[in-house]
Amino acid sequence: MKRKRSFGDRAFDIINTIFMLLVIVIMAYPIWYVLVASLSDSNYLAAYRGVLLWPLKFTTAAYTMVFKNPNIVTGYCNTILIVVVGTLLNVFFTLIAAYVMSRKPFPGKKIFMIMMVITMYFNGGIIPRYILNNNWLGLGNNRLVLILPVLVVTYNMVILRTGLEAIPDSLDESARIDGANEFQILFKIMAPVAKAPIAVVALYYAVTHWNSWFTAAVYIRDRAKYPLQLILRDILINNDVNSMMGGEEGSMLAISESIKYATIMVATVPILCIYPFVQKYFVKGAMIGAVKG
Amino acid sequence: MKKKSKLWNEIKRNRQLYILFLPILIYFLVFHYGSMYGSVIAFMDYKPAKGFLNSEWVGVKHFIRFFQDPYFGRLMKNTIAISLGSLLVCMPVTIIFALLLNEVRNSKFKRIVQTVSYLPHFVSLVVICGMIKVFVSSDGIITTMLSALGIVEKQNLLMVAEYYQPIHIISRVWQVMGWDSIIYLSALASIDQEQYEAADLDGAGRFAKMRYITLPSIVPTISVMLIMKIGHVMSVGYEKVILLYNTTTYETADVFSSYIYRMGLASSYPQFSYTTAVGLVQSVINIALVTISNYISKKLKGSSLW
Repeated sequence: MKRKRSFGDRAFDIINTIFMLLVIVIMAYPIWYVLVASLSDSNYLAAYRGVLLWPLKFTTAAYTMVFKNPNIVTGYCNTILIVVVGTLLNVFFTLIAAYVMSRKPFPGKKIFMIMMVITMYFNGGIIPRYILNNNWLGLGNNRLVLILPVLVVTYNMVILRTGLEAIPDSLDESARIDGANEFQILFKIMAPVAKAPIAVVALYYAVTHWNSWFTAAVYIRDRAKYPLQLILRDILINNDVNSMMGGEEGSMLAISESIKYATIMVATVPILCIYPFVQKYFVKGAMIGAVKG
Repeated sequence: MKKKSKLWNEIKRNRQLYILFLPILIYFLVFHYGSMYGSVIAFMDYKPAKGFLNSEWVGVKHFIRFFQDPYFGRLMKNTIAISLGSLLVCMPVTIIFALLLNEVRNSKFKRIVQTVSYLPHFVSLVVICGMIKVFVSSDGIITTMLSALGIVEKQNLLMVAEYYQPIHIISRVWQVMGWDSIIYLSALASIDQEQYEAADLDGAGRFAKMRYITLPSIVPTISVMLIMKIGHVMSVGYEKVILLYNTTTYETADVFSSYIYRMGLASSYPQFSYTTAVGLVQSVINIALVTISNYISKKLKGSSLW
């Protein structure tokens, strides 16, 4: 039986809907603005006052400049390399750690777990980490420094372990009777069943690698090894005209604002394109992590 | 004797697990515990040329220097203002957003709002800071709008010390509000619907139901989130500070980690031992904060992290 809704009830719904529409505008408009501005003629853009909804005098000149810029291209290649290799190694080792932690108790299991959990709350700090990686391990200016120090993230290991624990015991028992060893059980039996949590964790790692800039800023000295985010920092934050133009003489300085907007779009569109498809995995991961963390 | 052999049998039986775990163990010992051990250089005058073993032990010299540093007060003030400010603004906004979104009846509209609100979470920090920089530059869109309303003068807002913290905190709300609401929304989804039906029969209105049923049932989630966030109060957001601050805004923007970065890594005379000491002070405050907030929460509500 549905009761007749009161006036106050309906007023609440209307105000709430307006509020939510406002949220949509606030969340999406900055990104829309960047898109529209990147497709606008920069002289018109500079003179325009008011809320920009559509491109002013549509032009793709800024994008032509961005794609001609060799820094952006090498940055993209480096980032893709790091995301692919890094994520594969991350998932491989995180899966192993999660598998071992999902087994029945064995001597030392608890100590191993505590050892990993401690790193969620404490770390050596920026400087000791730098001295370790740069001076003691000699990883300075080596792209491996973007991968090895973040090989296994405990939070992700916990998410994967939760996924593995949900798999019924009967599955690996029958494999064990057939004489399979632990390595085979993990990669032939468990991993195929735990595809969803593995996807969640892989996405987490991939996005972290994609977004990371600070580590590279600290350790990588060769411009040829810069990941995309570091090139972006030079262009967007440091206003480095050289990296903006890719060494080409800066006669195009006038359109530099549009170039910035186009650079933002070029770096963000790939993520925004895959985002609607992978969003639900992220949400899933966020919830497992929250419950277990 | 018997006990020992039993343990040995257990170990032997699980030997494959140990072999599998070996690389993980090495990784954690080298990269995590190695750098934790490296923190002892805070008590030395560490010189890379001399090496770790030959550097001189100096006790708490660097700590004393830091506490007497004229910047100590400023760093403390800014760190707390920025991170606690972010926390105190972001959390209530996120919770209110989750509560209101939960009241949206049309599930398709609800999903659209949610999807759009997650969007900023997927934009990289460098890009977000790049957007902030162009938006608040002297003829950026935000500066233009705010100066039309007479709130600010037409100038680069990032060059004005008093605007730094509001810019940092408000942009953070934009970035995390949608994403952080997931936790609360999932807690809201698990509330027993019968409670609402019972309240309906009692003639409770929308606000009464939110106040007396919805809010109390997510209090445990809120307190766990609060403890976790407070534990990171000292370290939060320094990458953003490093991207956005400049010499004119050090006054309000410089925090522990950005100071460590500037003096320890970005300087031509890196002060490794001194900045490590600063980092240790920061960690100790962090640990104290988690422990205290966990204790309070345990006393108040019986929900805790450990």
